[in-house]
Amino acid sequence: MKTAASALHLLRPESPAQALQWMRERAPLQPLAGGTDLYVALNFGTCPARAFLDLSRLGAWRGIKVERDGGLRIGALATFAEIRDHKGVAKALPALCAAAREIGGAQIQNRATIAGNLANASPAADSAPVLLAADAVVELVSVSGVRRVPVAEFFLGYRRTALQPDELIQAVVIPTPPRAGQWYFRKVGTRAANAISKVVFCGVRGPQPRIALGSVGPVPLRARRAEAALAAGEPVETAVAALQQDIAPIDDLRSTAEYRRFVAAGLLRQFWERTASPVRRPVRRR
Amino acid sequence: MASRARAGNVGRSVPRLEGPEKVEGRARYVDDLRFPGMLHGRTIRAPHPCGRLRAVRLGPGGLPLGLVVVGPRDIPGDNVIATIEDDQPALAWGEIRHAEEPVLLLAHADREALWAIPAEVDMIPGTPVFDPLASPRVFKQIRIAKGDAAAALRRAPVVVEGEYRTGAQEHVYIEPQGVIAVPENGGITIHGSLQCPYYVHKALCRLLRLPPDKVRVIQVETGGGFGGKEDYPSVIAGHAALLALKARRPVKMVYDRGEDMRATTKRHPSIVRLRSAFSRDGTLLALEAQVVMDGGAYVTLSPVVLSRGVLHASGPYRCPAVAIEGRAVMTNTPPNGAFRGFGAPQTLFAIEAHMDRCAQQLGIDPVKLREKNAFRPGDVTATGQKLPKDTAALPVLREAVRRSDYHRKRIAWAGTGRGIGLSLFFHGSGFTGAGEVRLASKASLELTPKGVRILVASTEIGQGTRTMLAQIVADTLGWPLSAVEVAPADTGLVPDSGPTVASRTCMIVGGILQKAARELKRKLGRAKPAQYLARHGALVVTGQYEKPAEIQWDEERYRGDAYGTYGWGCDVVELEVDPVTREVRPLKLTAVQEIGKAIHPGLARGQVEGGSAQGLGWALSEEVVMRDGRMANAQLTNYMVPTTKDTPEMDVTILGLGYRHGPFGAKGLGELPMDGPAPAVVNALRHAGFDVREVPATPERLLRCASR
Ligand SMILES: Cc1cc2nc3c(=O)[nH]c(=O)nc-3n(C[C@H](O)[C@H](O)[C@H](O)COP(=O)(O)OP(=O)(O)OC[C@H]3O[C@@H](n4cnc5c(N)ncnc54)[C@H](O)[C@@H]3O)c2cc1C
Repeated sequence: MKTAASALHLLRPESPAQALQWMRERAPLQPLAGGTDLYVALNFGTCPARAFLDLSRLGAWRGIKVERDGGLRIGALATFAEIRDHKGVAKALPALCAAAREIGGAQIQNRATIAGNLANASPAADSAPVLLAADAVVELVSVSGVRRVPVAEFFLGYRRTALQPDELIQAVVIPTPPRAGQWYFRKVGTRAANAISKVVFCGVRGPQPRIALGSVGPVPLRARRAEAALAAGEPVETAVAALQQDIAPIDDLRSTAEYRRFVAAGLLRQFWERTASPVRRPVRRR
Repeated sequence: MASRARAGNVGRSVPRLEGPEKVEGRARYVDDLRFPGMLHGRTIRAPHPCGRLRAVRLGPGGLPLGLVVVGPRDIPGDNVIATIEDDQPALAWGEIRHAEEPVLLLAHADREALWAIPAEVDMIPGTPVFDPLASPRVFKQIRIAKGDAAAALRRAPVVVEGEYRTGAQEHVYIEPQGVIAVPENGGITIHGSLQCPYYVHKALCRLLRLPPDKVRVIQVETGGGFGGKEDYPSVIAGHAALLALKARRPVKMVYDRGEDMRATTKRHPSIVRLRSAFSRDGTLLALEAQVVMDGGAYVTLSPVVLSRGVLHASGPYRCPAVAIEGRAVMTNTPPNGAFRGFGAPQTLFAIEAHMDRCAQQLGIDPVKLREKNAFRPGDVTATGQKLPKDTAALPVLREAVRRSDYHRKRIAWAGTGRGIGLSLFFHGSGFTGAGEVRLASKASLELTPKGVRILVASTEIGQGTRTMLAQIVADTLGWPLSAVEVAPADTGLVPDSGPTVASRTCMIVGGILQKAARELKRKLGRAKPAQYLARHGALVVTGQYEKPAEIQWDEERYRGDAYGTYGWGCDVVELEVDPVTREVRPLKLTAVQEIGKAIHPGLARGQVEGGSAQGLGWALSEEVVMRDGRMANAQLTNYMVPTTKDTPEMDVTILGLGYRHGPFGAKGLGELPMDGPAPAVVNALRHAGFDVREVPATPERLLRCASR
């Protein structure tokens, strides 16, 4: 049943400082960015929050910056449309553009923010595997100061994050990524657009291959065993076997554990095949 | 006007009459309407799929002031939703047969307060039946027999058998079910999103014990139906009317998407077993079919869905010996109902998937096998109907094969992960058997100072009815389209033209209107409408359905002319299976369909494209996930209708052979396009190496099905 709208309150801070102060003093407040997750929850009556903090006026948290070392600093409120179309991101982290392009449809991409995607902590969040594989760091901020948490430590459990009740995400920071040609991203959803991932995979090839997946466990995860097998120069089938230990998919409304295991294995093989090729192969487009 | 007459609207894609209102957002739907003092309605529903209802408790906590509560005892008339049989109560009491069954109704002025009321439905759960093959109750059984199929199957050199299954399908009309009931003039007026005003009218007279003139049903601008607003509006309108009569205030009931998907009808899931006998050269000698349709908890329209299903079960093929047995059975799920195609897509899926397996087993090309056995004009169907001249199985097949370059791709793509497959199908236009005679539909034309007004109960639900009927009338009169208006589908104004279903509106209602227009023209003579009105006063001409003399149907023995005529189609689907993910991507759909004269070619193409997309969704991604008798994926996030990105390029060709009793030669069209895509998809998958006999052919299912 829909949450009754008349019972909801909205606070609209004008600056990050005010936002953080209210987060502390007027707790509990639910941050509201693009609203593309929150509105769904309100519509289904599954959002317990009644008081919301509108982040839309926090200009300082918008925008994407390419750092001098080639890294990226993506503001919390950057939308997937901005990320999708950003030349710097395309150069440094093409897999993130690819993920952005496949999140929802054009309308969702116009509103959905990167911080919302992370804070919502869905195992199917499509940006998460890319950020995991990129060793990205989330900047959490409260009146007490800034904490930098690697994305790999941000997801604590099914829909649980490292965010403290008074903390907000202000940015996502991506260290100098490896060469663009070594990236592979693929989303396997229930249809070509506006689909939730059944499996989403991101891999980056380098001396230390990094592999991350979504929708195959309670949180988006790094496939450490598979990574180790590849780093040790084992054949890809050994890594495929190891991957099955890394993941713990379930049967749900959208797919089966059996299918997810089959696809995860296939994507790992495809990642290795495509990135092994000397020809520069950018990210797969649909 | 009459002096500026310019014929030639028929066959042209004239601008749609209702187009501008919709495009500009001015069209008003049920939820846009408000009446003074209006309350909102809510339905309390059973939590378990079967059992006995003990009590419904509201609270804990105080109930809001002004709350209106309606239980079974508040029903003035019979506690039934009158359709074919009267087994479905408007409000259940005692026995519960499906989850989401309505047990109590509430209304209040404040929507939020209304929905905040806690309600507990106390039931003694029973043991539900979900497997139709294990159902203890048969709603309807039909047999069709021609020749001695059993003997032919015993003797034949080649016998192929198989079982084919199709899943439920949700209509996903953009606008969910909704009505407003207004108590007035000692009766009730319904404003609703619906396909068949007179169905609702009939159901309400019965439920409310009101004479026909005290019940008025007005169709409001409707955001899609696809059959979903054929039978269900009688339920929701009944509920709103009960609340409104008790409250003595207007009551609005509009479902949200979740309630709509959980509680309202779906396409009947089916299980079809086929055995067919062939001579070695591929001549079809006999066919045996067992058709089981899952009717859900109540009879509703299942007997007629089954009827159309069995009448299409032997496919568009000549066959000397046919034995078809069909059953619609009860399960403890919400009742299944009308959905575009009405049973035919299910049985045509089976026979068309079967034919490709037969071709394989016989070592004959699927096109050759179909060419050999397809109906020709003059052939006789399983019910003994001699097929008319516009029987177009071969023309549509040949044209689709040619346009799609089927034969070349069939060879070139072998072993590549691509597949190409086709389906040949037909669809009876209008009501089955004696249905049209029983309906005896009427349609009227009323002279206006500027021209004429069409009075029909046929509804515009997005398919362009108003425009198409206006074209027929304008051209019959030889007047411009601007001289023709269409009255709202309001039972207070229009005669009963029958329901807007069964691909009948253009062919049947359009035909009646054409006759009425001819008569109007005769009456008018040389006079202009304004002159005639001044001289003689008002003029309304009413036409009624007349059965063409040669059509004969024996309902008892299921023999004779099942339909006045048929539409014919051949779909070719080209697709690609991703080896890593088993995702199926349709690349192209070639549709060649014979529908008689296309009154409005643009709308006709739209029907073919939309119906084909809906068919592809049913074939590939749309899966109703039931858990304990409830739809578990009752959200558009998890019930996957195809998006434009999932929909392939379509090459649509419309043949126009024509039907001599249809207006300007038109036949039925609306349902035909739904029949072809699913079997063409599985046949293409078979070509790509996957032996699939069930839809939706999801990647998960392809993973499980043994590669050929
Ligand atoms: C039709 C549809 C399709 C979708 N498709 C996809 C898809 O393909 N892939 C995918 O991954 N997701 C998809 N989503 C989910 C959603 O769009 C994304 O998760 C999106 O990134 C959420 O961002 P938002 O700004 O809209 O978040 P909101 O809804 O505003 O918030 C989401 C959560 O994040 C919290 N939050 C937001 N900003 C901050 C912040 N700065 N600090 C702390 N907490 C914060 C909120 O409190 C809330 O808990 C889809 C949603 C819809 C409705």
